[in-house]
Amino acid sequence: MKCLVTGGNVKVLGKAVHSLSRIGDELYLEPLEDGLSLRTVNSSRSAYACFLFAPLFFQLYQAATPGQDPLRCKILMKSFLSVFRSLVMLEKTVEKCCISLNGRSSLLVVQLHCKYGVRKTHNLSFQDCESLQAVFDPASCPHMLRAPAKVLGEAILPFPLALAEVTLGIGHGHRVILRSYQEEEADSTVKAMVTEMSIGEEDFQQLQAQEGVAITFCLKEFRGLLSFAESANLSLSIHFDAPGRPAIFTITDSLLDAHFVLATLSEPSPNSQDLRSPELCRQAPQLQAHSTPHLDDFANDDIDSYMIAMETTVGSEGSRTLPSISLSPGLQPPCNSGPHSEEEDEAEPSTVPGTPPPKKFRSLFFGSILAPAHSPQGPSPVLAEDSEGEG
Amino acid sequence: MKFRAKIVDAACLNHFTRVSSMVAKLAKACTLRISPRRLNFILADKVANGGVSMWCELEQENFFNEFQMEGVSAENNAIYLELTSENLSRALKTAQNARTLKIKLTNKHFPCLTVSIELLSVSNSSRIVTHDIPVKVIPRKLWKDLQEPTVPDCDVSIYLPVLKTMKSVVERMKNISNHLIIEANRNGDLNLKIESELVCVTTHFKDLGNPPFASEDASQDRNPAHMVEVHVDIRKFLQFLSGQQVNPTKAICTTHLPRHPCPLAVPDEGSLPGSSKAGFLLATEITRNGPLSDSCQADAQPPVSTAEEEEGPECT
Repeated sequence: MKCLVTGGNVKVLGKAVHSLSRIGDELYLEPLEDGLSLRTVNSSRSAYACFLFAPLFFQLYQAATPGQDPLRCKILMKSFLSVFRSLVMLEKTVEKCCISLNGRSSLLVVQLHCKYGVRKTHNLSFQDCESLQAVFDPASCPHMLRAPAKVLGEAILPFPLALAEVTLGIGHGHRVILRSYQEEEADSTVKAMVTEMSIGEEDFQQLQAQEGVAITFCLKEFRGLLSFAESANLSLSIHFDAPGRPAIFTITDSLLDAHFVLATLSEPSPNSQDLRSPELCRQAPQLQAHSTPHLDDFANDDIDSYMIAMETTVGSEGSRTLPSISLSPGLQPPCNSGPHSEEEDEAEPSTVPGTPPPKKFRSLFFGSILAPAHSPQGPSPVLAEDSEGEG
Repeated sequence: MKFRAKIVDAACLNHFTRVSSMVAKLAKACTLRISPRRLNFILADKVANGGVSMWCELEQENFFNEFQMEGVSAENNAIYLELTSENLSRALKTAQNARTLKIKLTNKHFPCLTVSIELLSVSNSSRIVTHDIPVKVIPRKLWKDLQEPTVPDCDVSIYLPVLKTMKSVVERMKNISNHLIIEANRNGDLNLKIESELVCVTTHFKDLGNPPFASEDASQDRNPAHMVEVHVDIRKFLQFLSGQQVNPTKAICTTHLPRHPCPLAVPDEGSLPGSSKAGFLLATEITRNGPLSDSCQADAQPPVSTAEEEEGPECT
């Protein structure tokens, strides 16, 4: 694989990597016929992000050398981000960026051709992996809204940077409401300030949702995509469904596509009084992926000298599955079309054993695309063993 | 209890925002006192632990277009609320380009001060930001602790130099010593001094002027050039200086001896009609070998003094 990015697009690529770094710790790079895809998923599998750069984005794009199968690789986000760390520097000094992946060597080479004949070469170790793909379909979501990134950027301005979650809904008069979501802690004496932003329908290019629908999602992750959209001056679409179903945020342009899929808070069953009821779980098809060592191991190692074993998974036997959390579909009550000031998503989803603690969101639907042609012939020598651990 | 008020003027809103930011920088929690003619920010009883206590008074008609309040009862026509100062400051900061700002006391599951801001927008659409700041209503029996401090006798009262200058001077001094010595006399001289084993640094300010009323109280036989000295914790003093966002036309520092002396400053925004005033009380310390001119007793209650502020120029 070889691709060449020039001019202003280098900064766009850099910004995309910055956005992705807000989500996950590993970057899945896959050259496709449609373009170069950069994907990531967060550790609790509640957020997925994908950038697809069309061949026209590049001055030169070669998905795979003829005769060779296209490679997929997984790199540490930190390593890849370090190449594009300073956006200012990218804009001012970098003239060309060349990314090449050579199957024979185990290195992803990113070369920055800068002014004054300076050339910076980064050799990043990678690991072969399966394609990371989330199963989602924006068309299947009944509600959507689309607005210029600037409008949405101004909409989240009143919210503090530290705010984790926000609720987006449609209120009276078809106004779009964003409200800070605070997890209620029964024993806290100090209540938090609640901020609400209400925007008129006319600021949106498209609004297809009824009054009363609302979803709650992670604001921090959304900010990642929003900052990219603002810098590229593009419109952002939000496709959503009932609470609990993932919300899909998309940016579309002639040269690139971006999709962020974020889990949303699910409502408690109206019948269950006990919010900690263990029945509140969700079915999540597992992400059959990688044989990577546990994510935490990366953090302890020196990234530059980290040599990951060239492992590939063997179907489902060797794969690590997510802790499966099953939710009976009936537990998603339809949204009540109450007045906008009423907050539907008040209750705290229960903590189910096995759920990653930091996030109370449930896993998204992830499918696994395992192209048969790429299953390895035999088990390769394992240089770093899988460690047990949660997904 | 009812309270609703509205600000329409951008300059008033700006000033109000800056006052609340100043309060937020000084302490986490503050008391807001609402009375028919005034709004007060009060930070009380911090002096015992060191730190800054403050009494800030705003004439409501200088800020609000509409102001209606109904206190606890007819005889006690005031509302005392305790809130996290940062919340109010943050809420007001989102009102940068506001057409109107409304504040009202509401009850949404718990008592709140609801700040509702209508933003100017490029298109004709209106955008409304609402902040619900949780507040605690302070019962009447605690009101007596939150009254305006009385003006005791003071030894020296002096106009301070530009606070920004003082801040940059003190900022550099804090690395050398923990205590700042403030000396002032009635000739308009002010010294900021720090002493350490190796070095002693003094910054002299001259011709600052003294407020006229102060000299009446003090003893007449005191030599005007006689310096009165207080020791303060340099970090607390810096905290007070850093919080100053409102450019004062006059800031006054008064010191008292023999008991715990305390400096005080009164900022005012010169560009607004009428006056707003704020008084700050800084605890001072007695150092073991401090060469204080009069005897100092380790008294618990530091006296406070406030100073009246003159009218600033009219707002154009």
